[in-house]
Amino acid sequence: MTEIAAIFRNEKGKILFAPSQLILLLRHLGKALALPFAGIVIFLMLWQGVANNITTSLGQFPGPVQVWDSSKSLVAEHQREREREAAFYQRQEDRNAEKLAKDPLADVKIRPYTGKATFFDQILTSLYTVSFGFLVASIIAIPLGIACGLSEKVYQSVNPIIQTFKPVSPLAWLPLVTILVSALYVSDDPMFEKSFLTSAFTVTLCCLWPTVINTTVGVTSIDRDLINVSRVLQLPSLVHVRSIVIPSAIPMIFTGLRLSLATGWMVLIAAEMLAQNPGLGKFIWDEFQNGSSDSLGRIMVAVLAIGLIGFSLDRLMLAIQGRISWDKQAILR
Amino acid sequence: MKNSYLEISHVGIEFPTDDKPFRALQAVDISIAKGEFISLIGHSGCGKSTVLNIVAGLYEATEGGVILEGKEVDKPGPDRAVVFQNHALLPWLTVYQNVELAVKRVFKKTKSKAEMHDWIEHNLSLVHMDHALHKLPGEISGGMKQRVGIARCLAMQPKVLLMDEPFGALDALTRAHLQDSLMEIQSQLGNTVIMITHDVDEAVLLSDRIVMMTNGPSATVGEILEVKLARPRDRLALAEDPEFIHYRQQVLRFLYEKQKNPAAAQEVKAEVNQSTDAQQAMSQDDDSAAKHEAA
Repeated sequence: MTEIAAIFRNEKGKILFAPSQLILLLRHLGKALALPFAGIVIFLMLWQGVANNITTSLGQFPGPVQVWDSSKSLVAEHQREREREAAFYQRQEDRNAEKLAKDPLADVKIRPYTGKATFFDQILTSLYTVSFGFLVASIIAIPLGIACGLSEKVYQSVNPIIQTFKPVSPLAWLPLVTILVSALYVSDDPMFEKSFLTSAFTVTLCCLWPTVINTTVGVTSIDRDLINVSRVLQLPSLVHVRSIVIPSAIPMIFTGLRLSLATGWMVLIAAEMLAQNPGLGKFIWDEFQNGSSDSLGRIMVAVLAIGLIGFSLDRLMLAIQGRISWDKQAILR
Repeated sequence: MKNSYLEISHVGIEFPTDDKPFRALQAVDISIAKGEFISLIGHSGCGKSTVLNIVAGLYEATEGGVILEGKEVDKPGPDRAVVFQNHALLPWLTVYQNVELAVKRVFKKTKSKAEMHDWIEHNLSLVHMDHALHKLPGEISGGMKQRVGIARCLAMQPKVLLMDEPFGALDALTRAHLQDSLMEIQSQLGNTVIMITHDVDEAVLLSDRIVMMTNGPSATVGEILEVKLARPRDRLALAEDPEFIHYRQQVLRFLYEKQKNPAAAQEVKAEVNQSTDAQQAMSQDDDSAAKHEAA
């Protein structure tokens, strides 16, 4: 208890919280955390209970305990791989230094380390791929949405296309995108892997639509008075868009972007599995093909990681919206 | 009128609806001298706002037209600034920036940066808002927002200032303050003003002439009342003034006897008796609903 009390003292040792306040604070925290905590505990118990009763060809279905062990082993593998990498570069450097010492004009080679990609490397690759695809989609979707919102004619002509492509599954796009990338992206010194582009563009195709649709709605629902102000002032189109349309539509644009990012993240995993682009999707696929006794546990870790990352991406978008939006009082959820 | 500055000439407008076009206005003729303060008064849905929007250029008249200083009005422009009922400030810009947006459009070529800055501050001090230059509209009261809306229009130095129920959304005390401010500014600047109002006292207090409109559809000018009260006008002194009461009676008689509208009469009565906010809000809803339908 003394340790806890110490936390609430400032540098001069003055107590910031009276004990009664501390109790209130704890009670408040308890109330806020109790139900989510209870939900998680019940879920874990159910999971463990069910898992114990399922036996698969790869052994028993992993419960929370096995999954926890798997995640620890994934962390350990990652650390081992990093140590190996560090050792590799150390050896290379020593060797080169030795060579140079003997002959200052010696031809020194520096080779990159090509070890196995760990779980955490795969996560980074996935995040990179989804960001790329999402960014491309946003660059197309926001202006298109603004155009649709501003002009009924543009909307009328673009809407059928949006409505047709919106429900198309990423799995349907993937073969086409793969072939197109192979055909069109021909370069001797490619900046990107083909499999990376295939996954990223599949993500783009699937996460265009929510942003387009929501931006359109946001732009069409601008307050009539504000549009009239703009007309009375005879604002040029660009100033009109910049100073009236975009600020008005920001909340809807962000709603679209969040839906898009969530879709993109879901699509990415499927795309990576099929395109064999390194990433979480490939990690799961490889584990599935591996079929070792701890494969299921490792897949389960990936599943949880995908969920938590998706959740954090959404929170990140909310935080960005909070920074950009003019309305600091708005409750974002 | 001999020296007509703004001529609203035989204006009529029809709005397309699903079955047959809705005729909102019919043969509206008003001719306004420079520096004159005109009020438009009438029951809800009689097309007062439509007249104002046609003068602003926001609507296009089906027949007839508006001539300002010898030129026909065909589109909206900063020479006909509009004070909207609900201030219509951009909520993401500060008070200063809202006025700046307008000033930059109008004076970009003729004023230097420093001059524009002074001009913005000058206009905001005219409406007594110089203490809150860098506040966002969300942080100031309704009356203050309307003051800024007025400052934005004044800063454009319009030929005509159009006010669409500028004080309708405000409580009685704030409204009285703003009316006084408006009279003070008007006496300094001598703007030509068309103001829509529901409030009979407001119309008599502020106007040189009151244009009373008949009920829609096919609304038109019913009567025009010239208010010959001396300026500056003082609301307390006038409250007991027989001349003021006489003008007030004439407007009321027009609204209740000649243009008796059972549905709308109740609303106007409520407003005449310094309505409560709830009734006020209700009648505004009706009015904007009517506009919406018309549009």
